[in-house]
Amino acid sequence: MSLYDGIFYAFAIITVVSAFIVVLSKNIIYSAVSLFITLFGVAGFFVLLHADFIAVTQIMIYIGGILVLLIFGVMLTTKITDVKLKTKNINALTSAIFVIGITAVLIFIMLTTNWKVAEVVKYDETIDKIGVLLLTDYLLPFEIASIILLIALIGAAMYARKSK
Amino acid sequence: MEQFLIDTFGDNILTYIIMPVPVLIFLSLFALGAVLAERKVSAYMQDRYGPNRVGKGILQTLADMIKLFQKEDITPAKADKLLYNLAPFIVFTATFMGYAVIPFCSLYIGADLNIGIFYFLAITSLSIVGILIAGWASNNKYSLFGAMRAVAQIISYEIPTALAILIVVMIAGTLSMQEIVELQGGGILNWFIFGGPGGATKYILLPFLFAAFMVLYISTLAETNRTPFDIPEAESELVAGFHTEYSGMKFAMFFFAEYGQMFAVSAIVATLFLGGWQSPFGELIPVLNTPVAQIIWFILKGCIFVFVQMWLRWTLPRLRVDQLMILCWKYLIPVSFINLFAVGLYIVL
Repeated sequence: MSLYDGIFYAFAIITVVSAFIVVLSKNIIYSAVSLFITLFGVAGFFVLLHADFIAVTQIMIYIGGILVLLIFGVMLTTKITDVKLKTKNINALTSAIFVIGITAVLIFIMLTTNWKVAEVVKYDETIDKIGVLLLTDYLLPFEIASIILLIALIGAAMYARKSK
Repeated sequence: MEQFLIDTFGDNILTYIIMPVPVLIFLSLFALGAVLAERKVSAYMQDRYGPNRVGKGILQTLADMIKLFQKEDITPAKADKLLYNLAPFIVFTATFMGYAVIPFCSLYIGADLNIGIFYFLAITSLSIVGILIAGWASNNKYSLFGAMRAVAQIISYEIPTALAILIVVMIAGTLSMQEIVELQGGGILNWFIFGGPGGATKYILLPFLFAAFMVLYISTLAETNRTPFDIPEAESELVAGFHTEYSGMKFAMFFFAEYGQMFAVSAIVATLFLGGWQSPFGELIPVLNTPVAQIIWFILKGCIFVFVQMWLRWTLPRLRVDQLMILCWKYLIPVSFINLFAVGLYIVL
């Protein structure tokens, strides 16, 4: 097993285990912290795929932005941290049948499909290409995203204002 | 350095474990020195002597460190044990990960990523999570309030930081730290605070770049939670902020991370605006451009900014929360946008 594989499996285990904790934990703060580890693990995968810009963006937006906002919201909400989340199983039999069925189908497809393996392309400077593409081919989505963000910003400022 | 290690040990995990060790050693020595310097600086500013007993005061930090090692590790009974123990490690790891892209000399940089400075911005935001966890898991109202203030402050000041950094990135045309430094070679006038390399027209940018430099310095000061931006650990209101409940080695880790961050942000300011490891004399005196001299230049520049941080801490009073936010949103961010616009206009023309 090469170093690359070793790191891949390490990240895989970290991501999957922490993702399970996010879902199964009874404590909302534990879920949030596990989500932090999951998102970090996903960023690790992006690095392994030579998508360094996306990896860092993942950390910056999901961990530095969304997750912090989430934890902040949870902490500011009174008593929410004491609420025991309901994670018990209902309809165990039906869901088990569906899960087993879907898993079987997915594994069947995975094994029988003739996967096309693309050649590994390693870009040295992903950031240049992303920048150029954003301002040429994908200008419209880029601008729409910025307008939506601006609307959200103004909306948030409106709500935060003291009404007179 | 990386190539040398790969040649010596082969391309295996050992290489990547050895690679960051010099930084860790430097950081430990720096923290020892900086804690002593902080106490001495504050003492002389307040007209007293400071530590002067253990080895004439020089060994005081060492003695304190040994004391911290021996201290009992107390976990509050109502604290969340797992997260309480995890938090110091997250904060320290995040700080240390930032050092990966700091170029100490032309031969040593942890990882010369082509997104270097962007990585630094992202990775320092990881420490926010550690701080929040520390504040919440301590189960103490002072800790929680300290953590929330710290996080609100760090998030707000990330915006002017990013905008100020963007100005340098626009002029340099690269995000790689090593390339940014290399562009500033050839004497003090080629540093980015003086407009970087270029003809005489670059001096038009001087006021904007100086403003960007000040914005970056002020907002990084706020991101490290140092006075005058230390409302997260305002002693008179919050005991000690998010690390109120921590003792012994875990407290030491927070402390270590804080000093690590102080040097890291100073190093970033030095790298972006003051030529990083470049000698101010350029090629005039070649002996000052050897890798060893480069390390000395770099650490010297970093330490000057750390000294300024200490100087500010012991001269200025603490800002109020509203003043803190007004400074960020009404002064630093508009100034950054004007800078960005001016520099962009210069580049386009």
